[in-house]
Amino acid sequence: MGLTFKDETFREDFTFFNSPAAIRRFPFPFPEDSYMYSVNMEPHVPGRPGSVFEKTFDVDEHYVAEMRERARVLAEDPLRCQSLPHMTLAGWDLLELIMEAKAREYPDWFSLQRDGNRWHWINRPLEIEQTFTFLDETTLPCGPMEYITRQTQGDFSLQDQRNDNLWMDAGMVTTQADWSLDFDLGMNFFEWHAPVPLAHEKQIFTRALKFLMNVQHGAPARRFNWTMTIDPLLDTSPENYPKWGPSRATLTPENVGRRMHLRVELQTFFRLPRSNALAFPIRCYLIRFEELATQPKWARRLHRVIRDLPDELAAYKGFLRNKPIMVDYLAQFDDGTPTSPGWWAD
Amino acid sequence: MTKTDFPPSILSRPTYGVLSPRPGPAHLLIADGAGAGAVLDLLGAADAGMAGGSHLIYLPGPDGTDRTAELAALALAQFHRAPSFAAALPRLRKVLGDAHMGVQIYLAGSEGLIGQAQREVMEAGLPHDAVQTEHRGSWVRRVQCVHCKGITENVATDPFLCSHCGLALFVRDHYSRRIAAFQGVNIDAEDPGSVPPPVEKFR
Ligand code: HEM
Repeated sequence: MGLTFKDETFREDFTFFNSPAAIRRFPFPFPEDSYMYSVNMEPHVPGRPGSVFEKTFDVDEHYVAEMRERARVLAEDPLRCQSLPHMTLAGWDLLELIMEAKAREYPDWFSLQRDGNRWHWINRPLEIEQTFTFLDETTLPCGPMEYITRQTQGDFSLQDQRNDNLWMDAGMVTTQADWSLDFDLGMNFFEWHAPVPLAHEKQIFTRALKFLMNVQHGAPARRFNWTMTIDPLLDTSPENYPKWGPSRATLTPENVGRRMHLRVELQTFFRLPRSNALAFPIRCYLIRFEELATQPKWARRLHRVIRDLPDELAAYKGFLRNKPIMVDYLAQFDDGTPTSPGWWAD
Repeated sequence: MTKTDFPPSILSRPTYGVLSPRPGPAHLLIADGAGAGAVLDLLGAADAGMAGGSHLIYLPGPDGTDRTAELAALALAQFHRAPSFAAALPRLRKVLGDAHMGVQIYLAGSEGLIGQAQREVMEAGLPHDAVQTEHRGSWVRRVQCVHCKGITENVATDPFLCSHCGLALFVRDHYSRRIAAFQGVNIDAEDPGSVPPPVEKFR
């Protein structure tokens, strides 16, 4: 594996950027020239080699830096990782799922040896080696969900399934698009989605919940969500909004290409075998407008999507005030020619 | 005053009903302020036996409403007047811990009281469907600052100043039953210093 992990930051001097290879494999989320909420679910099966869909849990050039960033967020605010007492078994399920997938799909970087309940885990990129007893919390430095998600890119929430609903009863949330795990912990599917505009009226959440409750072990699903972030800031939390909010007033036509980032969430859904909980990894990919503009189809399409997006959605996603600057910038890449169907670059 | 009609809102925002007597071996009633009216109506509608199986914990409302004298006159099996929710909590936890299956629970009054009592009932592991709620009186809100996590009681205006960190917060309808509070978010985060004048939204 010829990948080198970059030494980069997601705060202060913001040295994060995507290599040309990372740009080519970026998960551009728009299959057509317009966007509206829908139940956009598909099976999470291995996709094109090299793409972010190739592996169960994509590990990319930002891995080590993202894990370092997660550790900093947790040191500042331990409430970003919480698990209600009945969710420990789901945490072990998640640990097993991730360790097995990574060891199988990235054998150069990760290894897992199981001898009954004695497990030996090696994570070479993070220089971690751990022997522990599966299902015995005292043999890990922290709870199983926290242990494995400190070593896995993306946020995670674990949903208990009972009373015909899903309950967000555990999570590791440090790279979120402006929602609070601490506040939403213990809510059901309709409650934590309550702030989303338009989608309830379209019955999207009743249909999505029905789908999710039937996700079977071994048959995961996936979907995309997206928003916009100024500077490559992973931690756009409501907790820290007074710190990052002012950046929204600093966007100009001169800096928009460098500072505005399309933020894509590759969301996957896994049924867990012992707890019957539903694991929800939310993997965040950032790409600055300048990087995205190197792919003519994407820039053309993004211009049309943003230009025609209902203000209600732009307001909810937090970029209504900057929409004109963004649309003006993107317009230079749109010559009006048609775009090919699907999200792959031409 | 009877049942409150709140404007339509989002799905995390709690809704309330009207208390009605249900058969059960024991009745636990928790009320504040104008919630006394719901308790009086409830016992008025119940058959005579209910009073003898009822335990009422009552506290003054956030607007100062205090109908202790009328409630004391009901001659319930147990009546306790507490000066505040914090003061009532040790007793409430003991009573919930001792409660048997089949106990009926009635909560009435301000949203802060109902929400906090409901949380205690959930934490005691009593079934959700044993609980009825009725909102009466003040609309003031219990709001958690999403930034410093401090809770400000009896918020009447939007925006308001967090009583812990001092940030100007706008009040969302997004509500957490685990925290028993609405969410407050800094209103001038993007343009520090530009705070609109507070409007009295929750009397
Ligand atoms: C267990 C699975 C899921 C979890 C834990 C979850 C969680 C969340 C959370 C916390 C938010 C932010 C709400 C806010 O506070 O503003 C959100 C937004 C949203 N969710 Fe989900 N969600 C899940 C599954 C789904 C599914 C299957 C759909 C399919 C339609 C969906 C559609 C949406 C939409 C459309 C938004 C608004 C996003 C935006 O415009 O940026 N969610 N979700």
